[in-house]
Amino acid sequence: MSFLAVMRATLAKDLRLEWRSKDAINAMLFFSLLVVVIFSFAFEPTAEESRKIAGGLVWVAFLFAAIVVLNQTWARELRNHVLDAYRMSPASANSLFLAKAFGNFIFVSVLEALMTPLFIAFYRLGAIGPAWELLPIATLGTWALVVNGTFFAAISLRTRSREVMLPLVLFSISVPALLGIVNATTAVLTGEESARFWITLLVAYDVVFTIACLLLFETILEAE
Amino acid sequence: MKRGFPILAIVTAVLLSFALYEALIGAPTERSMGDVQRIFYYHVPSAWTAFLLFFVNFGASIAYLVKRRPAADIVALTSAEVGVVFLTVNLVTGPIWARPVWGIWWTWDWRLTSTLVMWLIYVSYLLLRRFSSGGQAPLLAAALGVLGALCVPFVYFSIWFFRTQHPSPVIGGGGSLDPRMAHVLLINWAAFLCLAWLVCWTRYQLEVAKRQVEEAQSLESLLEGSR
Amino acid sequence: MTYLYAAYIATWVIHGTYLAILVRKYAKIRREMESLKK
Repeated sequence: MSFLAVMRATLAKDLRLEWRSKDAINAMLFFSLLVVVIFSFAFEPTAEESRKIAGGLVWVAFLFAAIVVLNQTWARELRNHVLDAYRMSPASANSLFLAKAFGNFIFVSVLEALMTPLFIAFYRLGAIGPAWELLPIATLGTWALVVNGTFFAAISLRTRSREVMLPLVLFSISVPALLGIVNATTAVLTGEESARFWITLLVAYDVVFTIACLLLFETILEAE
Repeated sequence: MKRGFPILAIVTAVLLSFALYEALIGAPTERSMGDVQRIFYYHVPSAWTAFLLFFVNFGASIAYLVKRRPAADIVALTSAEVGVVFLTVNLVTGPIWARPVWGIWWTWDWRLTSTLVMWLIYVSYLLLRRFSSGGQAPLLAAALGVLGALCVPFVYFSIWFFRTQHPSPVIGGGGSLDPRMAHVLLINWAAFLCLAWLVCWTRYQLEVAKRQVEEAQSLESLLEGSR
Repeated sequence: MTYLYAAYIATWVIHGTYLAILVRKYAKIRREMESLKK
């Protein structure tokens, strides 16, 4: 089977399984809702202030929720010995990786789409800057989190306390991406500065780390 | 190799003592900060040494991914550990310097923040090693070593830009350096490099011995099991 | 001035702690090697 065919098949399988059970999306939604409520106890900003901090709050909530879905990325495969099958098949390891990464990307994007109206309502948000820029920002930032997250989830599969290892390793490496995405969002919301630098940074980060993960994934998969 | 060790140890001891003398007494006193500024002679070379060690880790990780030689893995482990030690020194001496000079223990200026993030990245690397079970640890760690090293320029650059937009008190500011001070700085760096080499060498031998023992132990339990 | 000494002492405490950890690991390995030889 060709690279794209394998990728599409794996992705379709994951999406179908998720659509039937809705496990991940429910967990993520509820989790980010909880995070928002807890944040509301810590921060009670005016509309003016909330534009300055909302970028950070929103993305922290999404980051924690993304961890939920990333942790279970490979769990199903491990349970059913799918990973062993993949290792033995001639299919390219990267088709599996990209399928998983795209799957996670879709899940987290759906979460973001569902949570954004809630955030707007809770924090009385309105973008002063060019609001359309939020779409590429969210896309680039989500991909940055998801591509590294999927990779590190595969790494932490073979560790003790794997649910702890993933955020531990992911958060430090994601700092530039987090900085980029939070500042870009804040820049657009407050309209005070241009998000262009941060968007460029996110593009560079995405390119470098996607290539690096693709180059290294086969090695990780083979590790036994 | 074994013969070089005592020589290195002596050279290190001599250099460190000389460097210490220069730092505390030989170097001229700084005009605005006074004697506290001398912390600089330990603070900066520690960071430079740590950077060098992390670069070695990057190289060793790539070497392991390409060749799968255990020696490369041990070099990676050693350089990461010793690098974290030196960076810890840097992160501890920084606030001790900042407190009397700028009145604050910590600030999120770009150098401190970037260094803290780099420290976190390599501590997570060491934790990954500790938490992964035996056989795969070198490979997984090598992957993280490569990704972590790729991340470091992003960390520094992005935080630098962030802090140029939102300035906060700058620790260890710019400005030119008196050549006599630069001289003392380099002497201390040379001393730290020798110390790093010495400690890495020790840690390397220790790890080699540890792996030999582990191998012998598993062999023994295998033999006992078959009796 | 105490800050100056505190910084230098802290440096050597950190290095010393790491070296002490290495020494302890070495002692442990020595013990294990002895028990293996038997």
